[in-house]
Amino acid sequence: MIRILLFAGLQEKLGKSSLVYECDTITIKVLKEQLKTAYELFEMDHVMTAVNEEYAMEDDIVKSGDTVAFIPPVSGG
Amino acid sequence: MNHPLYEIVEEPIEVEKIIKKVERREAGAITTFIGTVREWTSGKRTMYLKYQAYQPMAVKMLQMIGEEMEEKWPNLKAAITHRIGELDISDIAVVICVSSPHRKEAYEANEYAIERMKQIVPIWKKEHWEDGETWIGDQLEKVAYPEGSPDMEDVKK
Repeated sequence: MIRILLFAGLQEKLGKSSLVYECDTITIKVLKEQLKTAYELFEMDHVMTAVNEEYAMEDDIVKSGDTVAFIPPVSGG
Repeated sequence: MNHPLYEIVEEPIEVEKIIKKVERREAGAITTFIGTVREWTSGKRTMYLKYQAYQPMAVKMLQMIGEEMEEKWPNLKAAITHRIGELDISDIAVVICVSSPHRKEAYEANEYAIERMKQIVPIWKKEHWEDGETWIGDQLEKVAYPEGSPDMEDVKK
C-alpha cells in the first residue's frame, strides 16, 4: 500500500488530501499515469514528486509503505 | 530558549525574533528580507491569500537551503520562517535573516535563499480576488526537477 499526498490544486480537484494506492512496487512514472487516467488529473504532467519527503525522479521505484507526495509548481515566499 | 532556525508557522511572524536567531559576535552585518502580501498583481486586486505547505518536507527543504548557503558562503548564519494559513494584505509571509562578518555575503546569501525557496520548498499560495480565486504556481521558469534534487541513491536509501 502506497500513501499518496495531494496539495494545492490537485487536492482541490480530488476533494481530498490523501489517497491509498494498493500495490507492492511501481515507478513514479507509471503511478502518475495511472492517477492521471483514473482521476483525469492532467496536471500530473507538471508536478514534481517526493518520496518520503525527498524529491524523486520519474524512474524511481516506490514500494509499499512509502509516502508519495505530488508537488505542483511551488509558490511560497 | 532554543528556537529552530527553519520554521513553518501559522501565527504572525515577529521579525525581531528571527533577527535574534542569527545574531553573533563575529557578525558585522545582518540582512533581513521580509516578504509581504501584495494587493495588486498584474492589474488584479487580491483580497487575501492562503498559504498551504507540505510541512515536514518544507522544513527539510529550508534546512537544505541553509546547508547550501553555508557551503557557498562559509561563516554565515541563516534563519528562515514562513507563515501559512490565511494572510491579509501587507501581512508578513516570510522572513529570511542572514548574518555574516561582512555585508556582501549577507546580501547575496539572502537573495539566494528566496530564489531557492521559490524553486524547491513545497509551499503554495492561493490568491483570493474580488471575483474568484486560484492557486498560484510557476512563478519562475522552472525545469521539471530542480537542482538539488537527491540522486537515485539518496531516494532509495
